[in-house]
Amino acid sequence: MLLSRTADALYWLSRYLERAEHTARVLSVRLDLGLDRDARGDHWDFERAYDSLRLTLTNAIPSTPGGLVSRVFLDSTNAESVVSCVSAARANARQVREEISSDMWAHVNGLYLRLQQMVGDSSTVSRPHAIAQTVIEGTQLFQGITDATMGHGEGWQYLQVGRFLERADATAALLDVHFRDADVRGARGTHQELVGLLRSCAALDAYCRYYTADVRPDRVLEFLLLGPEFPRSVRFAARRLEMSLKAIAQFTSKRAGGKADRVAGRLHASLDYSQVDEILSDDPHGYLVGVAKHCDQIHAAVYQSYIGYAVETALPA
Amino acid sequence: MTFAAGAGGTTETLKPFGAMFSDYHLGHHYDEMFEPSGQPRLHCRALYQDLLGLSLPELRERQGEADRAFLTQGVTFTVYGDTQGTERIFPYDLLPRIITGPEWRTLERGLAQRLTAINLFLKDVYHEGRIFSEGVVPRELVYSCRHYRREMRGVHVNRDIYVSIAGTDLVRLQDGRFVVLEDNLRVPSGVSYMVANRAVMKRVFPALFERYNVAPVAEYGQALLSTLRTLAPASRPDPTFVVLTPGVGNSAYFEHAFLAREMGVPLVEGPDLLVHDNIVYMRTTAGLRRVDVIYRRIDDDFLDPLAFRPDSQLGVPGLLNAYRAGNVALANAIGTGIADDKALYAYIPDIIRFYLSEEPIIDNVQTYLLDRPSDRAYVLEHLDELVVKAVGESGGYGMLIGPHSTSDEREQFRRKIVADPRNFIAQPTLSLSQAPCFMGTGIEGRHVDLRPYVLYGEKVTIVPGGLTRVALRKGSLVVNSSQGGGSKDTWVLED
Repeated sequence: MLLSRTADALYWLSRYLERAEHTARVLSVRLDLGLDRDARGDHWDFERAYDSLRLTLTNAIPSTPGGLVSRVFLDSTNAESVVSCVSAARANARQVREEISSDMWAHVNGLYLRLQQMVGDSSTVSRPHAIAQTVIEGTQLFQGITDATMGHGEGWQYLQVGRFLERADATAALLDVHFRDADVRGARGTHQELVGLLRSCAALDAYCRYYTADVRPDRVLEFLLLGPEFPRSVRFAARRLEMSLKAIAQFTSKRAGGKADRVAGRLHASLDYSQVDEILSDDPHGYLVGVAKHCDQIHAAVYQSYIGYAVETALPA
Repeated sequence: MTFAAGAGGTTETLKPFGAMFSDYHLGHHYDEMFEPSGQPRLHCRALYQDLLGLSLPELRERQGEADRAFLTQGVTFTVYGDTQGTERIFPYDLLPRIITGPEWRTLERGLAQRLTAINLFLKDVYHEGRIFSEGVVPRELVYSCRHYRREMRGVHVNRDIYVSIAGTDLVRLQDGRFVVLEDNLRVPSGVSYMVANRAVMKRVFPALFERYNVAPVAEYGQALLSTLRTLAPASRPDPTFVVLTPGVGNSAYFEHAFLAREMGVPLVEGPDLLVHDNIVYMRTTAGLRRVDVIYRRIDDDFLDPLAFRPDSQLGVPGLLNAYRAGNVALANAIGTGIADDKALYAYIPDIIRFYLSEEPIIDNVQTYLLDRPSDRAYVLEHLDELVVKAVGESGGYGMLIGPHSTSDEREQFRRKIVADPRNFIAQPTLSLSQAPCFMGTGIEGRHVDLRPYVLYGEKVTIVPGGLTRVALRKGSLVVNSSQGGGSKDTWVLED
C-alpha cells in the first residue's frame, strides 16, 4: 500500500538525482574536452552541451567555463542546475522520510548539505570536476544504499521508474544531438567527440571491452541505444522500466492500470528488434524523437493510473 | 557562590573540581548533579568522575560530532517567521540529566493519576457535566475557553479516551520536589528528540553509559502504536493507522515523519485524505483505502474546514462528521484543549480529588486566577515578582516574567489583565532546578525542565525518560526551542 503522493515523491526523488548525475557528467566531460583544443581552435561548444541536456535557459549561454559552472552547476535560482536538482531530490526525500530508510535519507541530506557548503565556497567555481565527482559519487552511493536498505516493494519500483525513465529520455536527447543529421554526423564524428559521447554516459570502458578502442559512429550509437547489457543504454533502461511498471501493475492489481507498462513494453520491444544500420540510413532523429515521445507517454500513463486519477472513478459503489 | 575546591568532601574517590567546573555556580535553586555542599549527588558520582577525566578539546569534538549527526539525519525544526524557512537543529547539550528510579516511580504514578482524572473530566464535561453541578469547576470557565468544542457535546469517544498522548511539563523546586507546570493535551511535541538525543548520546559518548543502568527509550514508537490500537473501532479487526501532518513546512515535521516511520504507518497530509459517506479514505496507488485511526498533528481549528476554520488547507472536509459517526478515531480527540487551558490548570488538583477521591501525587504550582477579584488585586500589586501567562498561548509567548521585566512591560500587562482577566493567570517566579551543561568553554549550570510523554491506552505507558529542555542563556528560565532553548538526554536509572 502506497500513498499516491508518496509514489509521486519517490518517482521525482530518483528522477532528479538521475538528472543531477547526468548533467554533472555531461558538463564535466564537456569542460574536459574543451581543454584539448584542436588546430582549428575549437571553442567550448557549450551551445551543443545545452542542447544535448535540453536546457531551456532563456538568457545567454555562458562563454567561459566559470560562467557555465556558476550557472549550470551552482546557481540555485536556476531550476535546471545540478545543485537545484539535488535540492529538489532532497525536498522529495523529505516528503517520504517514513517510506525510505534512514540511511537513504541521511545520505541524500548529507549530499545536499555538502553541495550547499560548496556553493558557499568561492573557490568551488574553479573546481568543476570536484563538484561533478561529489554529485556522481553521491548519487551512485544513494543507489547502492537504496538497493541494500529498502525493501524492493512498490515504493522501490517507483524509484526505478523515475531513474530509468529519466535515463532513457536523457540518453536519447544526448544521442539525438550527435546523430540527428548527416552533416553533423560527419563533422562531429571525430574520434574525440565520439569518445566524449561515450564518456558522457560513463560508457567508454564498457564500450572498449565490447568493441575494442576502435570507436566508430555506428557502433557508438548501437552501444548507447541498443546495447542489451550496458546499464546506461536506452534499451537497458526501457527493459528495467517495463519490469518495474509490470511489478507496479501487479502490486495494484485491483485497478485497471496497465497502460504505462504496455507503452513501456512497446518501447522496449522496438529497441529489442531495431537494427542500427537501418536507423542510421533511415531517420535517426525521427527514431530518437520517437523514444522521447514514448517516455512522455509513460510519464502521463503513470500519473493517470496511479497518482492523479479522478477520485470519482475510485469511490466504492 | 562558587565552590571551593573539595568543599566539604573528604571521600577519597572525589577529586576537587577540575578546571572544567571553574565557572560552575550553585545558586539557591536545586542542582541536578550537586548537593548544596558541593558534593556530587550519589547517583551522579560516576558521571562526575568521567567528566573530570575529559579535556575541553575532547568535549568540543564530541559536541561537533553530535551536531553533525543531528544535521545529517535532518533532526531539525523550522523557525517560524524566518522567511528562508531555515531548518535548524535543536541545540543539544552533551551532558545527560539523571533521574533516579525512586524519583521516576513517583512521577509515573503521579502522571498516570493526573491523566486518568483528566480523561474522566473531559468525558464529564462533554456529557452530563457532574463537575459543574457539584460546583467543583465553574461552568463559565470551561465554556469560555476557546478550545471548548460544542460539536463534541454528547459524542461518544471510543473507550472514553480523549487524551491518548500527553506531554506534561514538570519543574523541580528548591526542595527537590517535581511539580507540574503545565499539561499539553492537544498535540504535544518533542518526543522525537527524546529518542534522537539518546541515539546520538550512545554514539558520541558510549563510555558514559558503562557505569549506569539506563532505561531504554527506543520503544516509544511501538508503545504509541499499541496505544492507538485501543482506539480502533471494534468493527475493524485489521485497522489502518496514519499520522496526519500539516506538511514539510511545519516546525515539527521531522517528528511527524519520525513517528510514522517508527510505527511503520503512512504519513499523510490533508489532501491525501477524503471523506465519502462519513468514511475516511486515503488516496493510494491502488485506489482509495479506508483509514481507521488518525494520529493527527494538526490543531482542532484546522482539522475540518467544514466544521472549524473554513480557510484551512490542511484539514479534511467532512472529517468531523465521520468522527462523530464513529467511523474513524482521532488521537487526541477533538476538544481536549479545555483541559490544558492555563486557567483550568488551577483546578486539576480538585479534579483529581473529585473523580478519583485521591490526593494528587504531583502538586501544581500555586496559581492566581485573574478573574477572581482577590487574586487579581494581589497580582496587580505584585507584578514585579510574578510570572503572568496568557492562558491560550504556548511556546513561551505572551508571558511576563516579573523580576526580569521593565515597568513599561508591566504597565502593558496590567492593562491587558484589566481588559480581559479570564485570559491570564499568574504564578510565583519559580526557581527551576539547574543541571550542568557544556557551554563550549567549560561546564556551567543552566535551568532545566522535564517533559515526560504519557500514553493512555489499555493501560498508562510512560517511556522512562522524557525531554529535558534547557534554557541555554545564562540565568534564563525560558526553555522553549523557539526562544533559545536546547535539550539534553534524560536518563532514568533502573535499580
